[in-house]
Formats: sequence, structure tokens, C-alpha cells
Amino acid sequence: MKKLGRVRSIAVVTALIFTMATILAACGGTNGNNAPSQQTNSTAAQGTTKPDNTSTSGVSGSAMAVGSSALQPLAEKAAQMFMEKNKDARIQVQGGGSGTGLTQVSSGGADIGNSDLFAEEKLPADQAKLLVDHKVCVVGFATVVNPKVKVDNLTKKQLIDIFTGKITNWKDVGGDDMKIVIINRPSSSGTRATFKKYALDGAEEAQGKALTEDQSGTVRKAVAETEGAISYLAFSYIDSTVKPLKYENIEPTADNVKSGQYPLWSYEHMYTKGEAQGVVKAFLDFIMSDEFKTTITELGYIPNSEMKVSRDK
Amino acid sequence: MLRGQNKKMSFNSIKNEFAGRSMVTFFGAFLILLTLCLVFFIASKGLATFYHSHLSPLEFLFSTQWKPDREIGEGGPAVGAAVFIIGSVLVSSVALLISTPFSVALAIFMTEISPGLGRKLLQPTIEVFVGIPSVVYGWIGLSVLVPFIRQSFGGLGFSWIAGSLVLSIMILPTIASVSADALRAIPGDYREASYALGATRWQTIRRVVLPAAAPGVLTGVVLGLARAFGEALAVQMVLGNTLRIPRSLFDSTVNMTSIITMDMGNTVMGTAWNNALWSMALLLLILSFIFILAIHKIGKRRSSVK
Amino acid sequence: MKIKSRTTDKAATAFFYMVAGAFVFLLLLFVGYILYHGRERLNLHFIFSAPTFMKPGGGIGPQLFNSLYLVVLSMLITVPIGLSAGIYMAEYAKPSPLTRGIRFCIETLASLPSIVIGLFGLLVFVNATGWGYTLMSGALAVAVLNLPVITTISEDAIRNVPSSIKEASLALGATHWQTICRVIIPSALPALITGLIMTAGRVFGEAAALLYTAGMSSPALDFSDLNPFSYKSPLNPFRPAETLAVYIWKVNSEGIAPDSRQIADGASAILIIAVFIFNIVSRFLGRYLNTKFSGTTK
Repeated sequence: MKKLGRVRSIAVVTALIFTMATILAACGGTNGNNAPSQQTNSTAAQGTTKPDNTSTSGVSGSAMAVGSSALQPLAEKAAQMFMEKNKDARIQVQGGGSGTGLTQVSSGGADIGNSDLFAEEKLPADQAKLLVDHKVCVVGFATVVNPKVKVDNLTKKQLIDIFTGKITNWKDVGGDDMKIVIINRPSSSGTRATFKKYALDGAEEAQGKALTEDQSGTVRKAVAETEGAISYLAFSYIDSTVKPLKYENIEPTADNVKSGQYPLWSYEHMYTKGEAQGVVKAFLDFIMSDEFKTTITELGYIPNSEMKVSRDK
Repeated sequence: MLRGQNKKMSFNSIKNEFAGRSMVTFFGAFLILLTLCLVFFIASKGLATFYHSHLSPLEFLFSTQWKPDREIGEGGPAVGAAVFIIGSVLVSSVALLISTPFSVALAIFMTEISPGLGRKLLQPTIEVFVGIPSVVYGWIGLSVLVPFIRQSFGGLGFSWIAGSLVLSIMILPTIASVSADALRAIPGDYREASYALGATRWQTIRRVVLPAAAPGVLTGVVLGLARAFGEALAVQMVLGNTLRIPRSLFDSTVNMTSIITMDMGNTVMGTAWNNALWSMALLLLILSFIFILAIHKIGKRRSSVK
Repeated sequence: MKIKSRTTDKAATAFFYMVAGAFVFLLLLFVGYILYHGRERLNLHFIFSAPTFMKPGGGIGPQLFNSLYLVVLSMLITVPIGLSAGIYMAEYAKPSPLTRGIRFCIETLASLPSIVIGLFGLLVFVNATGWGYTLMSGALAVAVLNLPVITTISEDAIRNVPSSIKEASLALGATHWQTICRVIIPSALPALITGLIMTAGRVFGEAAALLYTAGMSSPALDFSDLNPFSYKSPLNPFRPAETLAVYIWKVNSEGIAPDSRQIADGASAILIIAVFIFNIVSRFLGRYLNTKFSGTTK
């Protein structure tokens, strides 16, 4: 009886301490702004303590890559292959969106921030300055329409007029008499920003005209099922249910992107805070190596090394 | 008498009693702490739009200009959330209009018409409906409801009514079970008195039972409304997310939870854009408080009527 | 007049039967639709194998495991706290500002949108703790989501224990706390278990609160490694863990495997079956405990 009582009170005290600690940790942690930089991220710390072995085999340590969901499949595949080669290395890949990736890498929460856009377009200049850009690959985009649309090509002017709401019927661009249904991306999306910049010359779309879908899969489904629909998709998402259009009479193919003839493409970035070191560097080197190139192509991306043109903004 | 016996108890049991009592009291109070913590964190981010990015709360609530990506030179980021707020209100209210009659009828069936079937068949059915994940509701909405609306009524299918229909099924269990509880709580004498006066069952339900249970039913409706306001994934999949106030039930529109799920990951913490999303989360939090306060008001009215 | 009201009564009864029938039919339609579309994937290979990239034939093994593990973890956190708070509300709480405050907080927490709780989790369990997206962050966020539900279930279960049992124990000289531990909780156990399992079923399908806390990726797991501190171990709670519901959301929206539609269908079917299992088990267990308990006291 006595013993039981003591055990129970010890349990109670432990529970109290645990809860108090949780509350204190929870309430004392942030001050409402960015994640505090003094936090120690165990994975981040390990990632940078291990010195770099110049040969890629035998690298150890761990690193975390967070961000863009467009880049996530490639990064996951790369991490998987990298870890098979280097048994002691550990790469964690997480999605969450480009914004999350940039936030996490600049606050030190992650070692690599994956982004669809240049950091300068998202972050304040003073924060963007601290990040080092690694352009790991290129993604091509195509304007896609419902297969029933008879149009095969759109000029830049026509595209701008459609997305700003000046042209609302396919007959005005040489198709049948059918209403144009725009399916857009949310304004925060990297795909939308790229499309707006290179296809629309930065023209601001009319508010309240378009459906907005966040995910490529949903966009494809909506375009495939909606008569007169128009949207844009990364090459890797295009299948037989939607019809890709030529832009200024140029076919949306990887080769045309590489040669620089077809302008609707963007880089996929992996940002590090300061120069990459240790396992992070080894991982980035692996992604940009010739060895990984075939995988990049298989997954529907374009290796940066095959590009004949480049951009820096 | 109990007190006298308590005094005789050994020191140890008193200590135990004290420790046990302290523990459960602490965890009770912990719920308050947790709520305060939640409010504090969401508010600290949500209010940043106003004191950090210097945007006006009135503009946030009443402006329909949502251009958070606009350069400062061109008029700065505009974060008017009125479109989203109105969207949430419209979609939820229509969902409520569809769901309430159906759920109340179900509650009446379970308590007044056939309690046996209600317990054996409808109660489990309601529980399974509650258990179906919202992602699955959204998926069915996207693959069945949206094409159905497109084929039968024209338009795009992604619409206000699609969102409301999906929501109405999701809030149905809440309204039905709270209403059923309220109906069960009506004393049997009410019904017997009515039957003794020669009223039929329907007359009893309509004139006696329902009016007496009205505050309880209303509580269920408000809880349903709270759930409708906060549902995120299922609605986003079928609403179409067009940045406009819909003019017909078949127009696509947008609501607060959709824009939060779409933009949260793609924006950088600390920017005006991201802060505006947190402000909307804060607004959802405040609305929850308002709904609960409303329920308490309803409860007070009920006890004063009695 | 009399005849007319009789007819109205009959019509009303028929109407209510129709509504109830329609409701049950709707459920059958739902479940039938999901199971029919997912039928091809309802095999052991799909349930236990890992997802594949780009290639058809991937399974949902890790996601299913993550969902179950998350349920267990979050219940381990919620049950002690929720049960304690429930005991307080049912046994100790006097009408005071504290009690009113707690009740108000329970109700508010219960009506909070899960996305708001997910965002709170993002701030506190993901960013402030520095863990990143982990199973643990997800479990904590879901714990916050469930805490009011479990508190209410516990409170109701305890309140429904007949007061005669409680008074008998007190009259025998037991303290209030002894009465609670030895008499009230065991009597409330059947109702508690039923409620807890149903809540667990709901955790299983939660997605919005987990998008920002448990993450949307699932690193390869080595199921032979059971050391919870090893990063490949499925038991390590500090790893990103995509649950089944989140996976459905992701496959639907971003999936690039050629059979993503079938994967989503199959995973939905499995989720629905899991919901059914949780419901049936909780009913069965509740009934079993009930007869066992009443057998021993009588």
C-alpha cells in the first residue's frame, strides 16, 4: 500500500515535470517571427561537422533538403541513390513548397532549400544574399488545352490576350466557337510565376476570371475534363489526356528547350546557406554529376549541363 | 458522516488523495494553458500583417483586392481577404441549408419514430460517415460530383454548390447527433401529455418535441457551421478556387481554408503575403470562439425559458 | 379533421423512413463506390510493399505503418491528459470560474478547424522545437486535435457511472481518489474504450493537421531495424512520416506514377476498411467489457 502510493506520486511528479517542460518549451520557443536562429538542429549540426572526403564514396553525415514539391521526386530519387552508394550518409528530403524551403534554409532549419524560383524573387534582398544557388536541373513547361480544342499554336500576343481576359473565345484564335476556360495556378506558385514571366511577359492576369488549382495532377484532370480549358503543365505531367500547344510555332520539346528556342522553362534550385560543405556538397555534386544525368532525363527534367542557354535572373 | 470517516484515514491515503487531485486539476487547467498557447502563437503571426507589414485591418476584412505579389512600387501588396471571407460564408451557409432539414429529420427518426433502428442502423452509419477521411470526400467530390454537375447543369462543375454539397454531407453527422441528443433530453411527460390530448405522433413532434428541443438543435447547427468553416482539403478540391464572389450556385469561388492550403507552403515566412494567410487562420480561430459563445448564449436562453 | 391528421401522421412517418433509408443508402453508395474502384488493389502486395517512383505497382506499406504508429503515439500523449482532465471535470470540478474556463476551452478546442491546429503545430512542434517535419510533431498536433474529444468522452463515461457504486465505495471508507481509481474508472472502462477506439479511427483519416507537421515524404524504412534511434527504423518517431490520408492527397495532386489514380483508389478503399474495423472493434470490445464487468459485480 505504502509502496504503491509512493510509486504513484513519483509518477504524478514525473508527469507534471514532463508537462511543464513541454509547455515551457512550447511557449518559450518562438517570438512570433521566423523560426529562431539559435535553435540547434541536430541534423544540420551533424551535416556540417563531418569533413569532406574528396571521393564521393564513404561520405558520412546527414543533411536535410526541404521545399519545392516540383523538385521533390527528383530529390528523393537522388537521395535514395546517393545513400545506396554512401552507406553512412543520410539525406532527408521533404516537400512543403518553395517558400518553406527558402524559409527553412535561411533560418538554418534545413541544409538545402529546394525552390522553383530564384531566391531573390521570394526573399528580402538581405536574406537572399546569404544563400548560394545550385541550379540542379531545368523544367520545361507547355501550354496545354483540352483535346477537343482545334488550335495547335498560340503566339505570345494571343496567350497574353487570353490570360488577361481580352480574348474569351477560341474562335478568335482560329479555333471553334467555344468559350475559353482558364485554369491557373495560385499566385504563389513557382510554375505560375515562371509562366507569367516568360509566356506572358509579366502581364498581370485579370482577377476572378480563372479557376485556380494548386496541384499539377488536379490541373491535368481539370483540363482533360473541361471543354475549352487552357492551362500550363511541366513536361513530366503531360500525357495523352491533354494536348500541348506550340508556342510561337515552336514545339514544346526538351531539345527545343536545350537549344534555347523554346523559352518556357525554369531552373530548379537547391539553395545552401553559404558554400556547401561535407555531405551536402557531396550530395549536390552527385545530383549534378554525369552519372545522375540519365535519371534526371527519365524523370522528365532536363539536365542543366545540356542547356545551351542560361539565365541568371 | 463521510467526513468523519475521512479523518480516520491514514496519512498515506490523504497524501494520495492530494496528489491525485492535484494531478487531475493540473491537467484540467492544462487545457486552458493549451488554448492560451494556441491563441498566442496564431495571434502573434496573424497580427503581424497589421503591426509588422503595416496593413490596415479594415482593408484586410473589407477589401476584395488580393494582390499580395504586387511590387511595392505599383501600390504595394494588397491583402484584402473579403473575397475569401465571403466565399467561406456563402459556401458554409448553403451547406447548412441543405444539411439541417435532412439531419433534423434523421434525429427525429432516431429518437421518435424508430429508436431501435436508430441505435442499430443509423448510429453506426453516422459513425462511419464521421470516420470517412475528408480527403476521401474530396476525392469522390472531384471524380463524381464535379463531372455530374458539369453534365447536368453546364458550367465547369467546380462550383459553389459542389463545395456546399460536399460540406453538407460532412457536417450532417454533427448536426444529426447533437439534435438527437437534444430530442432525447425532452422529458417523456411532454409527449404523453400531447398524446393524451389526442394528438398524433407527427403533431406531437411538430408542436411539442421540436419546439422544446429547438435550442439543442440550434447548438448542433452552430457546431455544424463551425465545422463547415474550418474544413479545408475536401472543399478546396471541388470549389474551383476562382478569386471572385460567385453570382450563381454554379460559379466557382474560393474560401479561406483553400487559399491557406494553396499558398502557405509557397510563400516565405515573414512576408506580407504569408502573414496575411496567418491572419486568416487567426480569423478562423476567432470565429470558433464566436461560435462557442453563441452556443452558450443559446444555452442560457434555454435555461431561462425553463 | 381527425382523418386528415391521421393521414398526415402516416405521411410524416413514411417521410422519416425515407430520409433514414436515403441516408443509409448514401453510405452504401459511398462505400460501394470506393471499394469497387479500389478492388483491384485490395491485396497483400499493395498493403505491404513500398511505393515506387514513376513505375506502376507501388504499394502503401510505409504509409499504412506510419498511420498506425501515429495513432499509437498520439493516443499515448492524449489519453493520460484527456482522462485526467475528464476525471477532474466529472469528479472534482465545482462551479467556479476555473471550471467554466476549462469547459469553454474544451468546446473551443473541439470546434477549431484542423488546419488551424496544423498551423499551430507548424509553429510550435516543427519550427520552435527544431525537429522539422517528424512523426512526433504530427502526433503532437493530432494530440491537440483530439484532447478535447477524449476529455469529453472520459467525462461522459465517468458521469454515467451509477452514483450508487460510487457511494458504496465511499461508505466503505475509501478516499475519493481510491474510489476513482478502483471503482469509477473500471466501471467506466467499456464506454471509455469504445470512445477511444472511435477517436483513434478518426486520427487515422486526418490529413489537414498533418500536411504541415508530419510532412509529405516517407524515407525508405528498414523493417528489420527496430532500434528507435536509428534513422531507418520504422520505430524512430523523429523522421518525416507521410500517413495514408496525406498520401492520398499527394498522389491525387502531384502523383507522377502512371497508376496514381489506382493507387489513390486503393488507398481510399483501405482507409474506409480501416474505419470499419475501428468501428466494429470498438463496438465488440465495448460490449465484451460491459458483459464481463457486469458479470463480476453482480
